[in-house]
Amino acid sequence: MLLGSFIDSISEFEILNKGNDLDREVTVPYCCDLLSIAMGRMPQGAAWVTVMANTNALAVASLAEAACIILAEGSNLDGSDIAKAKEKGITVLRSELPVFDCALLIYRRLHD
Amino acid sequence: MNESITLNYDVDSSDFTRAGEASSNVKRTLKLMDVDPEIVRRVAISLYEGEINMVIHSYGGEIKVIITPDEIEMVLRDKGPGIEDTELAMKAGYSTAPDNIRSLGFGAGMGLPNMKRYSDDLKIESKVGVGTTVRMKVYIS
Repeated sequence: MLLGSFIDSISEFEILNKGNDLDREVTVPYCCDLLSIAMGRMPQGAAWVTVMANTNALAVASLAEAACIILAEGSNLDGSDIAKAKEKGITVLRSELPVFDCALLIYRRLHD
Repeated sequence: MNESITLNYDVDSSDFTRAGEASSNVKRTLKLMDVDPEIVRRVAISLYEGEINMVIHSYGGEIKVIITPDEIEMVLRDKGPGIEDTELAMKAGYSTAPDNIRSLGFGAGMGLPNMKRYSDDLKIESKVGVGTTVRMKVYIS
């Protein structure tokens, strides 16, 4: 599923930033909060679910080629990080749901 | 591309707002040069881990990246404090990162293992009280 349609199809997630690569493929949900593990293991095009809402998570998403970040458990970016996401063109969504529930929603959307 | 390109960056200690700038810049440059995406990804991951290590652990230093038709060489040189036991530092899961760094999502003890895994060649020279130089190569062909 392409990132643009993916974002539109999950109304449970709030959109913090729509990135500039909406034609890319979303491949799989991926969950991890430790950045070096996420960085090393995340498949390309992953919808990355994490509670780690900071500038380093944005860097990891960009460098490891995640399709988008989903901030779970109500975590949120501050103003300067939202500006950074816009500048780097990274798609960031957020939700009050736990990590597993977010990943399950993504999985179902990609496979249904 | 027949000539080599050298990119230089300064890395400040503890400056997390700029951490990753060198890696992002190198990644962008390699993409523009049409380098194979998997090679670009491996360079970006290896270099970011090294860059973050410098921000977390060192007193600052510099990164030099040399891109040739055959390979990408990354040299990260810091001004100390040096690694006491390099072999132990290479062990997956071993970390000396303090709690404030862990709360940022680092400190999993996977930095050096990731650098080893994603580069084709990794050499670490370190002297306590002097500094550390990390050399990594990713072969293009």
